[in-house]
Amino acid sequence: MTSIRQNQEPPRLPDFCNLGVWLRVLLGVNLLAALAAAAACRTIAELPEELSRLAVFVEPPLIASLMLLCLVNRPVLRSGYAAGAAAVVAIALATTAGIHLVLTPFAADVAAPASLAAALFWAALAAAALLCYFAIRARLQSPALAEARLMALTARIRPHFLFNALNAVLGVIRSDPRRAEQALEELADLFRVLMRENRDLVPLSEEIALARKYLDLERLRLGDRLQVKWDIESCPPDALVPPLMLQPLLENAVYHGIEPAGEPAEITIGFSRRGDQLLIELVNPYAAGASEHAGNQMALANIRERLMLFFDLEARLETTAGDGRFLVRMLMPYRAGPAP
Amino acid sequence: MSAALRVLIVDDEAPARGRLKDLLADIAAELPNVVVGEAADGIEALERLDAQAADVALVDIRMPRLDGIGLVQQLARRQDSPAVIFTTAYDQYAVRAFELSAIDYLLKPVRAERLLAALKKLAHAGIDAELLRRLAPEGRRHLTSTERGRVLLVPLAEILYLKAELKYVTARTRERDYLVEESLVHLEQEFLERFVRVHRSCLVARAAIAGCERGADADGETRWQVLLHGVAEKLPVSRRQWPQIKALLKEDG
Repeated sequence: MTSIRQNQEPPRLPDFCNLGVWLRVLLGVNLLAALAAAAACRTIAELPEELSRLAVFVEPPLIASLMLLCLVNRPVLRSGYAAGAAAVVAIALATTAGIHLVLTPFAADVAAPASLAAALFWAALAAAALLCYFAIRARLQSPALAEARLMALTARIRPHFLFNALNAVLGVIRSDPRRAEQALEELADLFRVLMRENRDLVPLSEEIALARKYLDLERLRLGDRLQVKWDIESCPPDALVPPLMLQPLLENAVYHGIEPAGEPAEITIGFSRRGDQLLIELVNPYAAGASEHAGNQMALANIRERLMLFFDLEARLETTAGDGRFLVRMLMPYRAGPAP
Repeated sequence: MSAALRVLIVDDEAPARGRLKDLLADIAAELPNVVVGEAADGIEALERLDAQAADVALVDIRMPRLDGIGLVQQLARRQDSPAVIFTTAYDQYAVRAFELSAIDYLLKPVRAERLLAALKKLAHAGIDAELLRRLAPEGRRHLTSTERGRVLLVPLAEILYLKAELKYVTARTRERDYLVEESLVHLEQEFLERFVRVHRSCLVARAAIAGCERGADADGETRWQVLLHGVAEKLPVSRRQWPQIKALLKEDG
């Protein structure tokens, strides 16, 4: 037991700018408030009034605390768990006290205010309860468990691709040894990335370079049938993205959009920044019915789950099929890395 | 074997075709062979075979337009079709189907020894109707029509009716007519669920029937006619078939 505990990382504070964290905090505190209101009421009929009375004193400090916490997010997270947790409780107490003092003169006639001491007690209790919740949640999700899930999710590539690529290399090895060499090098690069531990965000430029190598390999066997249009002009050069997102999407597009097409077909892939979000859009032609293919759904579900592990509720993956086109839209928070 | 084995290579990827050609050249000393053609999909393969017969076709499964299984379904309907050996990179479903049906197949990348063994075994290979049914129970999805040396695919789902005229059968789609070199009797047996006979010389797609009305034939006798979705033509129903058509219309309400 001890050895396992030693290997465990100390719990980490949640990211207070994350929408999912906000949602959980808001729900948690309001649930506590509702319970407190219910306990204070003698009959059910009093409950709505009691709730609205409490809300006046609960919501403003709650939202103010969250905003403050998001502002000081970096320093709080970096200062270690104990100091960070103390800072969180301190911020909750400070906003509660401040707002209580400001609000009491105005709210005196609508609601008999609780004493300052009682308000501080409840604020500290709520903050501590939520910190416990996040610590337990973090322990359940990470690091070992989430990492194992990540590893299992990334280590997938279609055998179809590997064997076709090897076959194509064998096909040109006598007539064009240099091209064969280049293809094997690209294959090695691709598998090096596939087999490493893909647990950290990587620069988008690295992802694009990898995708180009993959497409080059596919071009060896598909020739002019594979056309790709990159739209990277409005792409933020320093963005960080989860590793191995583009390649599986492109592999999907090739398998369902290019290979079944009788004529040369085009994949379009574009990147842009929407405020603090990074948008990746990929369009490929497709024949009706192809998108329901089980392999396609599996690849998309895999990417969706990895996005969730990296960004919680703040990332989205949407697909639209119609008009002979299949569109994948991936939206994730824009994280800037060191300038390239 | 007296003459060299005539081989047709069917694969949509140029390097894959190149690889098979290299291997065939490598084993030529042991098994004389000559590549009589290359095709990038099933339709091209049918066109090559119209121009030049082959003893064996090496057929990739995943191809655009007409895939390997579709090609074999068409070949089964033709005279002098080559024996077929499937090649596939990785397709667990197809491979399982082949194993169940005892059909020979080659996994890509193909090895020279495997290719040699498969070609030597050819004498007792061959895919009959029974194997084909097991391999692709849903059956053919196209008929083919040849025009000026070009093979055209006619999707079964688009055919409104099939009409026997002299030597040929005409397949009518919303857009146009196609000549099909198959007999109406065989087509009726093969696609019982899709088409219904309205006349000695005519099969109509069940889904295309819009209704019926009374008309008069040349002798002034009243005759029933079938109305179709999408085209204005009316098809006469023979007295013999009328009860069946009537029942069918009633069923559809």
